[in-house]
Amino acid sequence: MVQRMVRDFAVKEVLPGIQERDRAGGMAPFIIPRMAELGILGITIPVRYGGQGMDYISLGLVSEELEAVDTSLRVVISVHNGLSCLTLLQWGTEKQKEEYLVPLAKGEKIGCGAFTEPGAGSDFANIQATARKEGDSYILNGEKMWISLATAADYAVATFRTDPQAEPPYRGLSTFIVDLDSPGITRGDIHGKLGVRAGSTGWINFQDVRIPVGNLLGEEGEGFKTTMSAFDNGRYTVAAGATGLIRASLEASSKYVKERTVGGKPLSEMQLIQEKLALMALDYQAARLLYLQAGWLKNQGIRNTRETSAAKLFATEASFRAASEAVQVHGAYGYSDEYPVERYFRNARGAMIYEGSSEIQSLIQADYALKKRRDKKLRRELPAYDPETWV
Amino acid sequence: MTKKILAYIDHFHGKVQSSSWEGLGLAAAIAADSGGEVAALVLGDEVGGVAETAFHYGADQVFLAEDPILKDFRPEPLADLVKQAAESYQPDLILFPTTTRGRTLAGMAAVDLNTGVMVDIIDLDWSGDKIVATRPIYAGKLLAKLVCSTTPQIITFRTRAFDKPEPDTGRSGSVTPLEVGLDPGAVATTIASIQEKAEGVSLSDASVIVSGGRGVALNPALEAPADLDEEAADIWKAGQGFALIKKLADVLGAAIGASRAAVDAGYIEYDHQVGQTGKVVTPDLYIACGVSGAIQHLAGMRSSKVIVAINKDPDAPIFNFARFGVVGDMHAILPPLTEALKTHLAG
Amino acid sequence: MKIIVCVKQVPDTAATMSVDNGVISWGDAPLIINPWDEYAVEAALNLVADQGGDVTALCLGKEGETEAIKHALAMGADTAVMISDPALKGVDNVAASRVLAAAIEKIGGADLVLFGQQSVDTDTGLLPVQVARILGWPSLTLVSKFENVAGDEGKIQVLRTMEEGGQIVDSPLPAVVSVTKDYAEPRYPSFMGIRKASKAEYPVWNLEDLGIAAPTASVSWPEIMEPEQKEIVTEIIPGDTPEEKAHNLVDKLIAEKVL
Repeated sequence: MVQRMVRDFAVKEVLPGIQERDRAGGMAPFIIPRMAELGILGITIPVRYGGQGMDYISLGLVSEELEAVDTSLRVVISVHNGLSCLTLLQWGTEKQKEEYLVPLAKGEKIGCGAFTEPGAGSDFANIQATARKEGDSYILNGEKMWISLATAADYAVATFRTDPQAEPPYRGLSTFIVDLDSPGITRGDIHGKLGVRAGSTGWINFQDVRIPVGNLLGEEGEGFKTTMSAFDNGRYTVAAGATGLIRASLEASSKYVKERTVGGKPLSEMQLIQEKLALMALDYQAARLLYLQAGWLKNQGIRNTRETSAAKLFATEASFRAASEAVQVHGAYGYSDEYPVERYFRNARGAMIYEGSSEIQSLIQADYALKKRRDKKLRRELPAYDPETWV
Repeated sequence: MTKKILAYIDHFHGKVQSSSWEGLGLAAAIAADSGGEVAALVLGDEVGGVAETAFHYGADQVFLAEDPILKDFRPEPLADLVKQAAESYQPDLILFPTTTRGRTLAGMAAVDLNTGVMVDIIDLDWSGDKIVATRPIYAGKLLAKLVCSTTPQIITFRTRAFDKPEPDTGRSGSVTPLEVGLDPGAVATTIASIQEKAEGVSLSDASVIVSGGRGVALNPALEAPADLDEEAADIWKAGQGFALIKKLADVLGAAIGASRAAVDAGYIEYDHQVGQTGKVVTPDLYIACGVSGAIQHLAGMRSSKVIVAINKDPDAPIFNFARFGVVGDMHAILPPLTEALKTHLAG
Repeated sequence: MKIIVCVKQVPDTAATMSVDNGVISWGDAPLIINPWDEYAVEAALNLVADQGGDVTALCLGKEGETEAIKHALAMGADTAVMISDPALKGVDNVAASRVLAAAIEKIGGADLVLFGQQSVDTDTGLLPVQVARILGWPSLTLVSKFENVAGDEGKIQVLRTMEEGGQIVDSPLPAVVSVTKDYAEPRYPSFMGIRKASKAEYPVWNLEDLGIAAPTASVSWPEIMEPEQKEIVTEIIPGDTPEEKAHNLVDKLIAEKVL
């Protein structure tokens, strides 16, 4: 029922006109408030923190349904629910949760994650933006880039360098909750992206921005760990979302090949076409199982960095393949924005880059496979789903 | 053996829903085979004229109830009269058209007379000792054959499933009045007002759609006003073409659709676009005028029950998907088509 | 106001239907609440929000067919009642109406009984009419608007849609109403609602609980078939002049029964 409800919303209210918005660029203003109204922005947060008290698998299902309509919808979930809310749930103090998580979960405020910089993405350990402690404040300086919802968000979970002398450098990072209306912050939208054009991606510039000490999330020097666990949360929704994209490609292709004829017969009877659809269907099954596995582990409170990374790597690569083949199957029509598949193709391409590029995921998987990596218990783990206390 | 058939005549303030005559035609056909008789049931206020017309369409007898209390439709008093007529006439079969009133009264009659009702019937077989009715279920995805083990058999039949008979204005018959005998306050509900039907048919709900494609602007016999530039002249000519389409649509009570080509060229607003982008429609009848039939348009109207294509290019792809094709200039075909349909539908 | 909404469970409308040996199947398409019923539930919830009261979802179905009730509860219905009995297999619409009427009487105290306009499987639209007749309450079908609702005064005014236009009707309560799709868009079930619905407990009554014998069905379905798949045979209309072609086309359309 959760899936159907979100699917109905996305198909009835967002799908009409999505192609025009993608062409024009920019997120329709009604979407985020409407998602807030429907409780989607707080779905996986306990009720006592303003959320809907649903489990992590529901979060995955919601992501799958949203991206099947357009990636820009799922991006909202990834950065608001994933990077912001769940990171606060995992690392926040009760006071921070009261002050920031509750309005976010209720959808009264919008959150994003500000980690990447113009000069550092995969190379996160070497970010340059700084946070300098001064009395009862931190002073923030630097620039963050490629931040989804940069201009729409009220708060950001953001990581800065607090200790420039730290060795190795990753030990010198700290994560903060930043009120994006603070003086000294400027932000803007980035245009000209290949895909997710009906979304909002931007940059945030910090010039001597003063934030209270109480906004330090976790401890000083923990920033790298905090950020990586933020990605575990966001990445999960990307994996689930990409699965939805595979499904959308498959459904669009199935429909088209039944209608289009070649020599009097529908395309669907041609074996080379059938193979393409078979592979899409297979990838959909596999991607689905991978993200559901990750979601299940999250529900149990079991560390799932490996499984989430695997789901993300597989699903995003598979969704690009699926979308590409969907374009191919549509022939020249696939090259036109009359049909949705070219949008799927452009949207799919981004997911292999953000939330940990495919290369990073491969290295992570290799480390696990070669047993070079053993996850130590984090100081704060993502809470298991507990129907007794969450509702 | 089905000897006596009672056919309910559905009307609004004396204007008969023409499917009622189809019911009389069906009743007459059954009666002819069984050596039986047909009675019509006419209920309302000042509806003597309806009774007379019922004779023209095949009724041998008319049960007539006239009273101001019956003027506007409230099911309860009318259902009482249906029961009264059925108990007096003892029909083997009672037919109702599947209209809002017909359906309601059929349902209530089944309760009152302790029998069953078979709804939305598209075919009837009375050759055996039991009547077998056929109806669509699951929005037509399946068909079911029905039988009823009790009498009277009550059937509501679908519009246009059975032929409307030719009226014989020389025919007449006997009128049996039904006593109404109700105090004005006897019926629990009161009609506060009647509202006129709103203008216009929505594309998604329409059972008939007439669409225009790029061909609407291509009328060789037409000259645009001299003061218009090329683009404006094109749009002006398209306007004339869509005016022809509107005339046909008005006669048919149809909605107006358009191909993407027509919308992109500025001939008509986007609301009318049928296709991959635009609306997906499922009318009973889709008439495509000057539409080539590219796959993205087909995606929007393929599921139409009957597609008619009018196009001057005999090789236009739409002819592969149409049930009926007319090779010709839509500007020359539409006016006589509109006239012929107007005559047929008025009769 | 106490409102009872009758809901039915049906296969998803996008399902491919097929029949094998008289058994209808919808493949792996899910079972859902009859989409028309959602409008009835929405109306009930709005009326109760305005007038106070509660909404009970009533469903006649096979045991385990819980989708319709769960959906109604997730939308916000307060309680539910399920009627299920093996003896009810093969009921026709009159028999089903008698069962529903008995249940409505057993629940007791209803001011209004709402139905969706029709159901997507058997499409008769007769249950609201028949239940009203059996209970002796006014029947108000095809309602798209509720005006001047005075629950405590036992009065209601509705807008009904007929072929010729609209009809505004004043009626005393209790009454039986069917709601059309022109009524407001039904709300989505909220996440809280979905959760509550999945845990909800409600009574399941059989014929003994209702105190009635199984009503006999008069109508039976001896055969169910798939419609003939007709190949599109394109007929080019002959004619020497546009007028001739037009007339020939009209003849064909009349014969095809689409006018």
